[in-house]
Amino acid sequence: MPTLSIDGKKVTAPEGSTILEAARIIGVEIPTLCHHDGLEPWGGCRLCVVDLWQPGWDEDWFKLVTSCNHPTADGMRVFTKSPRVLETRGVILDLLLARCPDAPLIQKLAAGYGIEETSYAPREEPDDCILCALCTRVCDHLDIAAISTVNRGAGKEVAPPFHEAPPDCIGCLACAEICPTNCIPYETSNFRRSIWGKDFEMLRDPATGQAVITKAQAEFFAERNGVPGSYFETSDTTKRREMAKQFVSLQNLE
Amino acid sequence: MRIESKAQFESLQAQARARYSDAQAEIHVCCGTGCLANGSKKVADAFAAEAEKRNGAGTPQLVVKSTGCHGFCERGPLVAFKPSGVLYTKVKAKSVEEIVEKTVEEGQILQRFLYKDPTDKSRIEQYADIPFYKHQNRVAMRNIGLVDPTDILDAVAEGAYAGLAKSLFEMTPEEVIDEVETSGLRGRGGAGFNTARKWRSCKKAPGDRRFVLCNGDEGDPGAFKDRSIMEGDPHSVIEGMIIGAYALGAHEGYIYVRDEYPLAIVNLMIAMEQARAYGLLGENIMGAGFDFDVKISRGGGAFVCGESSALMLSIAGKVGEPRAKYVHSTEKGLFDLPTVLNNVESWANIGAIIDRGGAWFASMGTEKSKGTKAFSLVGKVKNTGLIELEMGTTLRHIIFDIGGGTLGDRPFKAVQTGGPSGGCVPESLLDLPVDFEKLTEAGSMMGSGGMIVMDDRTCMVDVARYFLAFLIEESCGKCTPCREGLRQMLVIYDDLVEGRGKPGDIKRIERLAKGMQLGSLCELGKSAPNPVLSTLRDFRDEYEAHINDKACPAGMCRELTAYRILEDLCSGCHACFNACPVDAITGEPKSLHTIHHDACISCGACFDVCPDQAIETFPKKELIATEVV
Repeated sequence: MPTLSIDGKKVTAPEGSTILEAARIIGVEIPTLCHHDGLEPWGGCRLCVVDLWQPGWDEDWFKLVTSCNHPTADGMRVFTKSPRVLETRGVILDLLLARCPDAPLIQKLAAGYGIEETSYAPREEPDDCILCALCTRVCDHLDIAAISTVNRGAGKEVAPPFHEAPPDCIGCLACAEICPTNCIPYETSNFRRSIWGKDFEMLRDPATGQAVITKAQAEFFAERNGVPGSYFETSDTTKRREMAKQFVSLQNLE
Repeated sequence: MRIESKAQFESLQAQARARYSDAQAEIHVCCGTGCLANGSKKVADAFAAEAEKRNGAGTPQLVVKSTGCHGFCERGPLVAFKPSGVLYTKVKAKSVEEIVEKTVEEGQILQRFLYKDPTDKSRIEQYADIPFYKHQNRVAMRNIGLVDPTDILDAVAEGAYAGLAKSLFEMTPEEVIDEVETSGLRGRGGAGFNTARKWRSCKKAPGDRRFVLCNGDEGDPGAFKDRSIMEGDPHSVIEGMIIGAYALGAHEGYIYVRDEYPLAIVNLMIAMEQARAYGLLGENIMGAGFDFDVKISRGGGAFVCGESSALMLSIAGKVGEPRAKYVHSTEKGLFDLPTVLNNVESWANIGAIIDRGGAWFASMGTEKSKGTKAFSLVGKVKNTGLIELEMGTTLRHIIFDIGGGTLGDRPFKAVQTGGPSGGCVPESLLDLPVDFEKLTEAGSMMGSGGMIVMDDRTCMVDVARYFLAFLIEESCGKCTPCREGLRQMLVIYDDLVEGRGKPGDIKRIERLAKGMQLGSLCELGKSAPNPVLSTLRDFRDEYEAHINDKACPAGMCRELTAYRILEDLCSGCHACFNACPVDAITGEPKSLHTIHHDACISCGACFDVCPDQAIETFPKKELIATEVV
C-alpha cells in the first residue's frame, strides 16, 4: 500500500490505485472530463494533470502527468494546484471553449478558471463534442463497439463505420447518457427509437403499454447473458408491481 | 548452402571476397531512390549490356553492380569505379558505351563527368578527394554504395555477419550488451537514449517471450537516411537485430517500414530470404543453436506511428494512438510483452561495433555523443545529399565544406535540424559541434539527422508554419492540447503570414506552446512547439515585422510582398517575361520591363531567373498607400 503526499497531505492508497483515486480518498478535488469510474482511464482530455515528484528524481525536477491513469508509488509528492498545472488546465479549457463554445459544461468549467471568452478562434458550426471518447469507450466496454473515433488530428470525430447506420448498434443509449455535454442526439417516440441514423423497434410492456427497451437490445442481452427474451418484455415498473404483490401475499398483509 | 559453424562462415567470407578478385574493374552504379528517379536504372542496364558483350566464359572481366545510395544525390546518376577510385557524376545511358571504351578499358578520364569544385572550378577525379566524401566517416552506411543490396555475398565480402559470428561463437549475451555499453551508442532515431541501458532494462523484465523491433518509419520531412540504409544495406539492419535478439534472449522481431518506402521493403525482403537460405536468419543461426526470425510490418501512412507506443499498436493491428507513458515498453511493449525498439541507423551500427569493438566506436565523437551520425543535408545548399560524420563535426564544416555552401552563395540564415520536433540554428551558432547535448542547448535537437539549410530568402515565420501544417495532419487527435493546440496555432500563423497579425499574437503563441509542451500525451504534441519557440527565440524581429509592419523581411510571404524591377539594372533580357506564370510583366526585349501589381501573384519566379539581379521585393502595403494617394 503506497504512501504518498498530495498537496502536502499524506495518504495511504490501495495497491494498484491511481493518483486520482488516492486524491479522492483525502478529498482533494481534481477536475476531469474524460474520466468515468466505470471505465478504464483514457488520459485524453489532459484536464486532470498534476505536478509529480517521485523518489529517485532530482529534488526540483517535476513532471506533469495525468492523475487519472498514473499509478501511485511510495514516496511520491503530488501537487494538484501548482501554477503551471493551473495554467495548463486553463489552456486546455480555453481550447475546449474554442472547440465547443456553446456547451454549458465547458463554459462553466472555463469560467471557473477565469475564462469567460475563448482567446482562440471558435470552430465554425461547432457541436458540443469534446472528443472525450466516453461514448465509444462505453460501447467498447459493452462489447458492442458500434461507434468509434474516426480520422486523425483536427478532423477527428465520433462516428459509426463509414458514417452509415451502425450494424452493431442496439439502441441502448449508453453513449448518449454517458456523454458529459449531451451532444448525441436520439429520439424515442411512437415506440420507435432512432440514434446514429439507425431505427429501432421498441418492446412494449403488455401491462402498461410503456416502451421498455429496443428489441435489438433485448435480443443482445438475451443472447449474451442467457436471460430469456420474455424477461425484457415487461418494464421495471411492472416487475416491481409483481414483486410487491408477491411480497404482500407472502406477508399475509392482504 | 546453410552455414552451420564458424569455420563454414569464415570460408563463405573468403569465397565471397575472392569472387571478383580477377575482375578487370568493378562498376558501381547508384540505384538508390534518388538516382533511380534520375534514370540510373537505364545507366545500370547499359553498363550491364556493355559488360556482357565483353565478358567471356568463366570469371567476368567487368563486374557491374547496382548499389544503394552513394549519398551525393545532387550529382546523380553516380557511377564509381574500382580499383581506380574514380567517380563519375550525372551519367546518362547514352554515354555509357563511350565511358566503358575510354575510361574502363583505356583508363582515359572524361573530364565532363567529373565533379567540379565550385570555388576553383577544378575537376576532381578521385571519389576520396571530393570534399563531400573526403570528410565523411561511414559506419552505419559503411557498405552502402559498395554492395549490391540484393546479393548477400557482396555484403558478406564487405564484413556483414562477422559481428554476428563473433557474438554467437565468442561472446555471451551479457558480453554483447557490455560491448554496446562501451561503445556509448545512443539511439539514432532522435531521442538519443543510451542503447545499452535500454537493452539492460528489457533484459531484466520477466517473461519468456520478448521482441526486438526496428523503427523504419522515418516520418520527418527531409530525412532519408533510414531509407538509404534499408535500401542500400539491408543486411546491416538484419545483422544488428539478430545480435540484439541474442543479447536479449528474443526470438522474434519486426521491422516496421513506412509504406512509402517500397524499394526498402523489397530489398529487405530479398535480404531476409537470402539470409534464411544461408542459415544466417531463422532456426539454429550459423549452427550456434540460436533461433531468431523477423517479419516486416508496413506502415499505413502515419507520422505518429513512428512514435514507439503507437508503432507497437500499429504492428498489433490497432489504431496508432500513443499510449500513456508510465508504462515502459521494455517491460510491456508489443502485445504487452518486453520489447526493445531501436532505429534503423542504431541497428546498422551494431554489427560494426561488435566486429571492431565498442572502444573503436567510442574513440570517435564527443564526450557524451560517441561514434558517427548520418545526416541528410538538404535545402538551399549546393551539395544536397546523405552524409555520415563523426559526432562533434561543426555545422559550419558540414554546410560549407561538405555542403559547398548555400545555393547561389546567398547569405546563410539558419539550418533547421530535428524535423518537426527540432528548431532552427542561426549563423551565430554555426561553430557548434554537432552532438545531442549541444544541439538541444541551441534550442534545436539532433532528431533523426535532417538538416535543412535556409538562406535569406526563407521566411522564418513561414518555416514554423510549415511544420505546424505538417503536424496538424499527422496528430493522432486523441489529446486536447495537441489536437486543438495545433489547430489554433495554425490559425494564428495563417493570420501572421497573410497580414492579419495583431499585437498580443506572440503572447498567445507562447502560452499555447507552453500548454502543449506540458499537457500533451506524447512527444509529437510536446515537441510541436519547438520550431515555433526556436524561431521566436532567434528571429523575433521577423515576427514583429509581420505583426507591426505587415511586412515579410525575407520577401517571401505572398500577401505581404510585392516585386518591382529596378530601372538602372534591367538589361531587357526578357527572361522575367517568359518566367511569369500570370503574364504580369510587360516590356520589349532590350528595354526596361515592368511588373504590373494588380496581376502579380508574388510568386518570385521573375526574381529567381533575373540574371542582372534587377528585381527587388518590397512590402505590399506600400503599394496600397501610394494607390490611395
